[in-house]
Amino acid sequence: MSFDPAITLFSCHYTSQQSCAEEGKELEQLGFPSGISMVRVPCTGKLQVTTLLKAFEDGADGVYVVGCPVDGCHNVKGSARAAKRVAAVRAALQELGVEGERIEMFHLARGLHPEFVEKGKEMAERIRDLGPSPF
Amino acid sequence: MIVAERKPMAEIIEMVKDCKKVLVLACRGCVTVCSAGGEREAEILASLLRLGMRKEGKTVETTVASLVRQCDREYIDEIDQWQGQYDAVVSTACGVGVNFISNLRKDTMVYPALNTTFFGGSANQGEWTEQCAGCGNCILHLTGGLCPVARCAKSLMNGPCGGSVDGKCEIDKDVECVWQSIHDRLGSFDRSAQMEVISPIRDWSTAGHGGPRKTVRDDLTV
Repeated sequence: MSFDPAITLFSCHYTSQQSCAEEGKELEQLGFPSGISMVRVPCTGKLQVTTLLKAFEDGADGVYVVGCPVDGCHNVKGSARAAKRVAAVRAALQELGVEGERIEMFHLARGLHPEFVEKGKEMAERIRDLGPSPF
Repeated sequence: MIVAERKPMAEIIEMVKDCKKVLVLACRGCVTVCSAGGEREAEILASLLRLGMRKEGKTVETTVASLVRQCDREYIDEIDQWQGQYDAVVSTACGVGVNFISNLRKDTMVYPALNTTFFGGSANQGEWTEQCAGCGNCILHLTGGLCPVARCAKSLMNGPCGGSVDGKCEIDKDVECVWQSIHDRLGSFDRSAQMEVISPIRDWSTAGHGGPRKTVRDDLTV
């Protein structure tokens, strides 16, 4: 079954700077999937488990977090903390009988890099394969 | 502190499957400190309950609240403020809290969200270890302050046993042999001779084997 998945992306201020370039049109021009809603946060370390779960409650078919490289986080351990919370949500989803792959953490270099768009495409394809959220 | 951990979600969802409204009640005591049942964990549990029930084609309305402690009558009384807002309470307190609510609120169905595990301390961030068994007859003054009841796999009173190898317990190479530690610690205080003193057969009646325990302080009762 093919569908256009609704995906929520939480990205730190540093790894999503390009989203503001060209008045926000640059990502679109680079082929960033339109079904991804991006929420920028000062640091992914600020994200709580409840914030990630709420995205699913609000109807997201998939959720992912993009933060700084583990050894290069602007706030030292912020993205490492985020990865732990993403892992906790993944485990909780699995407990509920839902595919853990519906949530993912990516550590990407800061600034404008092709990987930011690639990971968006990767998640869109993954969630499209998994199908609509069972919630 | 009392250390606990959340039960599997399937077990909790089964408890509340017929509920329309649930009060997820956190405890701001021990379970907050061990990150099992404080306000944050109660919020997470409420979200997982809503999602889990929704997946089963049901809806549940959740109210999240907390009490200073769930092991004191005066705090249990505060539950009355949510009267009529729930079909059942899901308590994220330890087993004491669940029992206390059940004791004091005849009309309130309360379910445990946690498995209460042990009396322990925070060894490292995110890691808790058992330190005390609450046996009611403390012998720490004889063992260098390290408890063989809680920390020896066999609760030996005269250790170590033959399974102690290089300071580790035979049950797992990552488990300390507490009797080795007791030996080393007593030695550091020039009290190794204590290791030669044979402990008599222990009376376990204080450890709950004599039935539920109770403490009454006449100087505090009015």
